[in-house]
Amino acid sequence: MLEVRYRTARTLPLGRPVAPALPRGGILIQPAEAEARFSLRLRGPLSPGGFPLDRPINTVTGDDRRWVARLGPDEWLIGMPEGEADLLAEAAAADLRGRAHSLVDISHRNVGIDVTGALAADVLNAGCPLDLGDAAFPPGSATRTLLGKAEIVLIRHAGAVPSYRVECWRSFATYVHGFLQEAAIAAQPVERVPAR
Amino acid sequence: MLLIACPHCGNRPETEFRCGGQAHIVRPVDPAALDDQSWSEHLFVRSNPRGVHAERWCHSHGCGRWFNALRDTVSDRFLETYPAGAQPTRSSEITSPEVPATVTQSTVTQARA
Amino acid sequence: MAQPFRTSRGGRIDRARPIRFSFNGRTVEGYHGDTVASALLANGIHLVGRSFKYHRPRGILSHGPDEPSALLSVDRGPGRVDPNNRASVVEARDGLKTLSQNHWPSLEVDVGEVNDLLSPVFVAGFYYKTFMWPRKFWDKVYEPVIRAAAGLGKAPVAADPDRYANRHAHCDVLVVGAGPAGLAAALAAARTGKRVILADEGPEPGGSLLHDLTSQVDGRPAAVWLAETLTDLDARENVILLPRTTAFGYYNHNHVALAERVTDHLPAGGGQAPRERLWQVRAGEVVLAGGAHERPLVFSDNDRPGVMLAESVRVFANRYGVLPGRRIVFATTGASAYRAALDAKAAGAEVTLVDLRLEADCGAEPAELRAAGIEVLTGHTVLGAKGRKRVTGLVVAPIGPEGRIGASRLLSCDCVGMSGGWTPAVHLFSQSRGKLVYEPGLDAFVPGTSAQAERSAGAAKGTYDLAACLAEGDAAGAEAAGSQERRALAATPTATGFQPARVMPTNADPTKVRAFVDFQNDVTAKDIKLAVREGFHSIEHVKRYTTTGMATDQGKTSNMNALGIVAGQLDKTLPGVGTTTFRPPYTPVTFGTLVGPARHALFDPIRTTPIHGWAEAHGALFENVALWRRAWYFPKPGEDLHAAVARECKAVREGVGIFDASTLGKIEIVGPDAAEFMNRMYINPWAKLEPGRCRYGLMLKEDGYILDDGVVARVSPECFHVTTTTGGAARVLAHMEDYLQTEWHDLDVFLTSTTEQWAVIALQGPKARAVIEPLVDGIDLSPQAFPHMAMRSGTICGVPTRLFRVSFTGELGFEINVPSDQALAVWEAIMEAGRPHGITPYGTETMHVLRAEKGYIIVGQETDGTVTPDDVGLAGMIAKAKKDFVGKRSLARPDVVAKGRKQLIGLVTDDPKVVLDEGAQIVADPGQPIPMRMLGHVTSSYWSANCNRSIALALVADGRDLMGRTLHVTTPDGFTTATVAEPVFLDPKGERINA
Repeated sequence: MLEVRYRTARTLPLGRPVAPALPRGGILIQPAEAEARFSLRLRGPLSPGGFPLDRPINTVTGDDRRWVARLGPDEWLIGMPEGEADLLAEAAAADLRGRAHSLVDISHRNVGIDVTGALAADVLNAGCPLDLGDAAFPPGSATRTLLGKAEIVLIRHAGAVPSYRVECWRSFATYVHGFLQEAAIAAQPVERVPAR
Repeated sequence: MLLIACPHCGNRPETEFRCGGQAHIVRPVDPAALDDQSWSEHLFVRSNPRGVHAERWCHSHGCGRWFNALRDTVSDRFLETYPAGAQPTRSSEITSPEVPATVTQSTVTQARA
Repeated sequence: MAQPFRTSRGGRIDRARPIRFSFNGRTVEGYHGDTVASALLANGIHLVGRSFKYHRPRGILSHGPDEPSALLSVDRGPGRVDPNNRASVVEARDGLKTLSQNHWPSLEVDVGEVNDLLSPVFVAGFYYKTFMWPRKFWDKVYEPVIRAAAGLGKAPVAADPDRYANRHAHCDVLVVGAGPAGLAAALAAARTGKRVILADEGPEPGGSLLHDLTSQVDGRPAAVWLAETLTDLDARENVILLPRTTAFGYYNHNHVALAERVTDHLPAGGGQAPRERLWQVRAGEVVLAGGAHERPLVFSDNDRPGVMLAESVRVFANRYGVLPGRRIVFATTGASAYRAALDAKAAGAEVTLVDLRLEADCGAEPAELRAAGIEVLTGHTVLGAKGRKRVTGLVVAPIGPEGRIGASRLLSCDCVGMSGGWTPAVHLFSQSRGKLVYEPGLDAFVPGTSAQAERSAGAAKGTYDLAACLAEGDAAGAEAAGSQERRALAATPTATGFQPARVMPTNADPTKVRAFVDFQNDVTAKDIKLAVREGFHSIEHVKRYTTTGMATDQGKTSNMNALGIVAGQLDKTLPGVGTTTFRPPYTPVTFGTLVGPARHALFDPIRTTPIHGWAEAHGALFENVALWRRAWYFPKPGEDLHAAVARECKAVREGVGIFDASTLGKIEIVGPDAAEFMNRMYINPWAKLEPGRCRYGLMLKEDGYILDDGVVARVSPECFHVTTTTGGAARVLAHMEDYLQTEWHDLDVFLTSTTEQWAVIALQGPKARAVIEPLVDGIDLSPQAFPHMAMRSGTICGVPTRLFRVSFTGELGFEINVPSDQALAVWEAIMEAGRPHGITPYGTETMHVLRAEKGYIIVGQETDGTVTPDDVGLAGMIAKAKKDFVGKRSLARPDVVAKGRKQLIGLVTDDPKVVLDEGAQIVADPGQPIPMRMLGHVTSSYWSANCNRSIALALVADGRDLMGRTLHVTTPDGFTTATVAEPVFLDPKGERINA
């Protein structure tokens, strides 16, 4: 099932990210590095082993490099640096031995785009119909949803500035990235004639 | 756009969902045992009440889970949502297709239109 | 003299910032803060358009969104010509170009005005009655002429270059309208700390407070209270204040659509900023405080330029520093116009006021006016207006308590301010499916029972007193935010109340009177009465027959007068007649706002494979398959589709071809019950399929018809690698999930889409093995070790692969599954390795031809949702031993087992050069009478270079019984003949595939 070996360099649909940049105009939209991702499916009692599987649905645990997002009652999306994929697969196999489960490598199916900055929620709300306010979608939230006409997984990481990860399927990446860039332009504040 | 309470994710916009039509139609355990008439009814005959309807919904662009809902087809109000396989707590309010519900009329002419 | 009608001081315009724009080519000067209407009036321009039907001269009726007449085209440059803008809401700015509409050759001299002379024939329902015969004249003669003569502005022809934005937003309390009630509501809600959005359609929030120079609020002048309140709201983090934003649609579950006009008012156009933004607000609670619309009076020639609403005269004078006339007659049936008259007088106009009400029915307001030196004629009706392109006088006459009309008197004037009372703006409430109730004391429909979490406040609810509006707003805002706190605000009392008058009493010949009810659609009181006499008694029918209340203003000023006239004719009460249905949008919304960013590349996702860039660079043409863009064929210089496909087809059969099959849907099915799940989903048996082997699977819907197909590999005892059609990927996964979740809880199986995890490189042709042999590690490619329909895991070019030995061409073939991000590297390596073998990239067209040569079906081409496995000759795949699978029971349905079903056959044209049309109908005898009996249709048809003739597949009734028979197939020029054959045109024994 698992074929997580990367001897050939990966060609990412949005290219490699440039050197770490800071948000300009309150927003930074940056394609993520080549990462490893797994879809884990598991039913039954969620005894915490090596993996934080017993957290509420629509939350994420971990940091922006290694994370486990619970997308449904029996579904988790796991992300990590590329080089750790084999380790994770082995650890998961050991942890879930004897349990009916499915761990599928979807590293190449998913594309990550990081959306950071004060305007991040406004930009995402150009196409995402969810309430992204701090009460409804605080840091540590994660869910599958929509961005315009594409399905995405939206993850909000903790951080000094609002910081979101958008995950979409590979062939939707151009659309999603273009949509976010367009939204970033449209979200810039316009001169407001002061009320008198 | 409707706001639908997914049993797993809470209130979410309608665009994340797919409606699967009438709920509580169980696939026969042994379809071969059904005569043609019963099988065609199982396949094709659905109720379409003016009033409270038990429907299947799938949170397809969310948690991906199927669940059931009671929705008033006149007001679009959801009475409740509940997991697939469960029964609604307010099942007595489901409108029988044979007996049309009394309809709240917004205006005289709206009802006439 | 510039701006001769501008007052010397006052108003909220910025006199330090003059602006210039053009109206019909003429330069008009104004000030920052003007609307186009106020600037035109400041320059004495009242004639701004011609009416819809009669081409009558029309002026500016209103100061706000209810304006029915002053519709202008606004030209902001190429692609930015926007017709039917209300002059009263377009903000004047430097460089704006505005044009009047519906006249020829000019606004001043309009040939269409002849329609006005012919008005006796243009009665209600004129078109329906007149252009009945001959029927065929309608499309070619009547309709084009009518369309050219009638109408509003011209639609733009160039593409809209502006940017439009979309924004989803959530709040606890949405307040619509920032007048006194809305501001009080927003303030009360904001104090609780809840999230508040306050939207107002005007450029400046404030509503009636913007033109109220005399009232006090909370011990301060209204304008001061307004400024303080806005500062307060603006400073709150939890408040979003949206000026220039119209709430136009109230949908289910408190989903409210707002249109924000972001940059039209900026001279520079706003740079990269969007022109407009659609806000889709989901609100916990909504407060509707959208105010009320004033009603015109219905009297003869009440549409003359210079005749406007009384409150609008007040607004132009107080807010914009513009006197619409020097000698203004106010005609009213209620109290509010008295305030307007006083303000007009204070601004410098000579003023007279005529009130239909008898002196005894009025309050203190006549005495107040007389004390200010204004002549007040109570108990007077208006018989008509004088003047044509501009009002020159108003003919009034006393009316006794018994209704007798006395001697008439002409009041000369250059402006009339009329007021027939007020109509609460219940549009959004009604859109929310709330129930309206008729309030006789207000002569209006007001919000009754709510259908959603909303409440109305202020004039929108029929409350017209300022202090009462503030109190109602405060309470509504607090309640909406769940607060018990109330803050009373003292305010100057407002004179309210009016006596409804549907049509002003007159002693004139009713057939001669042109008293307009609906200004935009040129509907007179006479037209409505005629419609009722002709039997149109439902208000919805009257609306459609006379067109009253239709078009861009949706009858904001006219509905209640029309309703009253209908009620009067039918001798019914107003609630007995009912209202027409209020539907979104409240005011016109641009297409751009609704479309938002969904244009060009963002219209729909364009899905491309990892090989797409390579294909583009190598000259491929593409076709759309679902959202995918697939390489269609790879023409060499000078080749057309036909030549390229012929070359590609031969290359595959004679050497080796390479094809990007990445778009195939893929699903990883994992779990202890995976095989049982497969057994239930597919018609085939799966239990005995060994790991490392593949099977062609066919899947039905419960009705027995083919849903999808594809090759499935068993990766391990508990893991299947399923492939689906390109277009069916999402549908199949959803279909499987549905059964798994809702019917078969007993199965331990998990489904994961791997469509995009794996790119698929199909290598097909006798030389395929030789090409990949040097690239593959860990897999024995020999035919004995790796036969047809086997799958092995290993590496290719060092990249992990699931290598399928399968074929959709009938040749020796491999489908190389590799992780998507590494697919391009593998593809290029294979191209390199294949060069000595003459490797040829091919596209979907060649793929189609090759599979048709072998008679392989394509779901969606040979099937159409009503085709069973037996229909396409695949009944042999059904696992006889399986008791059940999805669709099995339906295969025994009477109509599925009946004779006469269409069956898949091959068609060989008698002329080998004739390529049939796909979709062409097939008959047995072309000589039979029409309608002929259709036997079926052609599903696939191509030129086959390998067969050196045309080939076709078709579905034909009982086709398998017709082998060798000649049938007749439609062509654009008649019929051609073809012979029924087996649906295999090449290598019928299937030997090549096992090479």
